[in-house]
Amino acid sequence: MKKSFLFINCDEAKHICDKVQYGEASSWERFKLNIRLAYCHITKSYSTKNSKLTESIEKAEVKCLKAEERNKIENQFKAELAKQQQNQ
Amino acid sequence: MPNHQIDPNNWVKLYSDYLFNYTITRVNDREIAQDLISETFLAGLKSMANFKGEASERTWLISILKRKIIDHYRKINSNKGKAEVRMGYLNSEDAEGDWLEERVADPFDKTAEDTLENSELGDAIYDCIDKLPEKQADVFKMKTILGYDTETICNELEITASNLWVIIHRARTALADCMEENWF
Repeated sequence: MKKSFLFINCDEAKHICDKVQYGEASSWERFKLNIRLAYCHITKSYSTKNSKLTESIEKAEVKCLKAEERNKIENQFKAELAKQQQNQ
Repeated sequence: MPNHQIDPNNWVKLYSDYLFNYTITRVNDREIAQDLISETFLAGLKSMANFKGEASERTWLISILKRKIIDHYRKINSNKGKAEVRMGYLNSEDAEGDWLEERVADPFDKTAEDTLENSELGDAIYDCIDKLPEKQADVFKMKTILGYDTETICNELEITASNLWVIIHRARTALADCMEENWF
């Protein structure tokens, strides 16, 4: 089936919606998503939930360790763990 | 009978991000937060015999971490007391007449209540992230929390961009459902 120039399917709309959350959707993609949002309640519901999740994460200012920071903690801890296991 | 087992081999992998998020909201310094987490794991290792299994490992580690954070503040407060420099606000001639305006509370400033709510929201988000499969959680954290670009994540985890978006989609769907159930 030929892919529509303007109308996208639900999966594609969800994919664009995910990209929107990270500011990675192009204007054209956002335009196509908006058309889909006007008539598809599944896309609309997904988009609402997705935006709510983004808002919550931004509001909570959630943080996590970078890989190198975690590795540093892990190496220190493993050394201590090995010492303790040797002493047992 | 104890309901929870203790296994320090997986502590860093399972709990370091949760503990880090808990700590950083309270000490606001990445280096200090990492030190406190390391100290927590080491203290946990030394007092493993005290783990009764009534609470989960994570709850038990958080209780140790709370003590570490309190000790940290006690330590810096006692250091501050020794080297206290009194700043006389009204001594500054340049600031004459400005004091009233400058001391009015900023309505956009976070209140203690906002901070508490955000910290609880952060805990709820982490509870949901912990339920994700490991790879989804890793990709989601790198993309959403650490803000790495797609190319960096793909190179580091050796996945394609389309693979990354599929993982992100699954993670976001699961997280949104989990948050809807537990928070919204």
